Amino acid sequence: MAYGAAVAQVRLEHVTKTFGDGDDTVTAVDDVSLDVQDHEFMILLGPSGCGKSTLLRVVAGLEDPTGGDVYIGERRVNDVEPKLRDIAMVFQSYALYPHKTVAANIEFPLKVRGVAKAERAADAQKAADVLGLTDYMRRKPGQLSGGQRQRVALARAIVRNPAVFLMDEPLSNLDAKLRGDTRTELVDLHRRLDSTFLYVTHDQVEAMTMGSRVAVLNAGRLEQVGTPQDVYDYPASAFVAQFIGTPPMNLLPPGLFGSNLVQVGIRPEHLLLTPGGPLQGTVRQVEHLGHEVLLLTESDGGTRLAARVAPSSDLPIVGEVVQFDVAPQHLHRFDAVTGVRVP
Amino acid sequence: MRRRLRDVPAALVMLVASFTLLAVWTIYPLVRAIQSGHLRCNITGSKCREAGWGQYLDVFLSKNFQDALMVSVKLALMTVPAGLILGIGLAVLADKHLRGIGFFRTVFSSTIATSVAVASLVWFVLLQPEIGVLSDLFSGWIPSLKNPGLLRDPNTALPAVALSSIWASLGFTFIVITAGLQSVPKELYESAYVDGAGSFRRFTNVTLPMLSPSILFISVVLTTRALQTYGEVALLTGGGPEPEKSTTTIPYLIYGKNSIISGDIGLKSAAAVLLFLISLVFALVQFRGFEKRVHYGN
Repeated sequence: MAYGAAVAQVRLEHVTKTFGDGDDTVTAVDDVSLDVQDHEFMILLGPSGCGKSTLLRVVAGLEDPTGGDVYIGERRVNDVEPKLRDIAMVFQSYALYPHKTVAANIEFPLKVRGVAKAERAADAQKAADVLGLTDYMRRKPGQLSGGQRQRVALARAIVRNPAVFLMDEPLSNLDAKLRGDTRTELVDLHRRLDSTFLYVTHDQVEAMTMGSRVAVLNAGRLEQVGTPQDVYDYPASAFVAQFIGTPPMNLLPPGLFGSNLVQVGIRPEHLLLTPGGPLQGTVRQVEHLGHEVLLLTESDGGTRLAARVAPSSDLPIVGEVVQFDVAPQHLHRFDAVTGVRVP
Repeated sequence: MRRRLRDVPAALVMLVASFTLLAVWTIYPLVRAIQSGHLRCNITGSKCREAGWGQYLDVFLSKNFQDALMVSVKLALMTVPAGLILGIGLAVLADKHLRGIGFFRTVFSSTIATSVAVASLVWFVLLQPEIGVLSDLFSGWIPSLKNPGLLRDPNTALPAVALSSIWASLGFTFIVITAGLQSVPKELYESAYVDGAGSFRRFTNVTLPMLSPSILFISVVLTTRALQTYGEVALLTGGGPEPEKSTTTIPYLIYGKNSIISGDIGLKSAAAVLLFLISLVFALVQFRGFEKRVHYGN
């Protein structure tokens, strides 16, 4: 078995998913169209309840779309059972069978497909080798750490060599340190498998560091698709601007910086401490992060600004009034009503 | 250490209530029964004499006890597997998010609120050869429903008692299994489904293993209940039909009004202690036998 043999694109055309009926109808996914290319590591990013997991489940076949079409490769799969979609899914809770050994867990997808015992043992061993699980094959999931369980779930996904990997927040149950390490491992795994990954997360750091492209969802609608840098540099809406970046982009009230119809956004790193600058505020908090300092200010009118500045010995102190300037090319403009980016 | 010693009086005071209950209702009767088991007494129990501890072996090897043990074991073999299969089947059927499923859940679990006396009376009437509904409906297929009647035929009396017993226990099994099913993570089913497992394989690879603690618990409880069956026998068959005594279980041998040992508290005590030991052995065998197949999750 050679990993990476099967690749496929995923295409969503006007996919809608609603739950309930009548007055209780909830639209989880609202007219989403998205192209995920071969080999791509596509991140579905958004806050809780934005519909990203539902969209992933629609691709997996665990939910039927209310409207629209789902294609894997050239095949429309709306009416195709999950097992025939050539996908593998990794769940947030890992969904390992607690009564089976690691080896039996990894072999399970092959067993249900009727693969001969010797062959599936060899395939499971290979998947375990890829993920460094060789020493744990006889153990049960209950005897493994969170990170090891997560790797078993990944091994169970790769053992079948599917065309598309679907991952539903697979790192969210890990502690911060392990999450960082596993991020790197997943990117490496994607490179080695050379497959298509569709990965759901609410964590912008995961999105920025792992994805080839990021699809940002809000309230069931697709706000923007692009490379992480594009999404950061040119957010398509005020929502995306605020969702990506820590601290988030400063959004000034309409009229404060230009037209009443436009809301201006400025990334914290683009605010420059400049005596006599056009934006003024009183320092409320100074956060020293070592490599940088965050200044949190508030103007008399209540506008709050976060500025990212370099550490130095003459930084303002809490209570001091400071002014900022910003280069014109770093101003982001959004429609004050719709929030959509305007030139 | 000193602090621990200082806590002892307070701990003893707090334990008094539960220890008293345990002592009065469990420990004393058990010790008394064990002690009485080597006596032979007159019918009023006023005069007893030592018969030696070998009486336990004599009672165990006696034909009456062996016959009753066989009946009890047969009853357990009839009721436990059937009760488990039916309970699991109904619980799996009712574990769906369908409109009106609450009604069926209530119906399926209702027998937990039905006493043995009521359950036995219901089945007594249903199986009555002269007026019973079941006798009227199915006598074409099973002639003995009418003549002489399931409860009066030595070959069918025990299965008929088992039927009543299974029905009475079904609510309990249903509720425990339903609770077990609701604690199975949904993702396990979804993962198996995505991996290509059909409904039967999902049942055998997810449902059954995840229910194994509940199944072991029910299996032990139902077996103990079956070995201790008295009420159904007393109300449905009176241990008969005579002369085969084909439904005389060990408890009925001990307490039954027609029992051959009903007049001797010593023999009854010996039989009761033996029943306790047999139940214990059955429970231990089940725990040991299923130990490796029961999974308590992560």
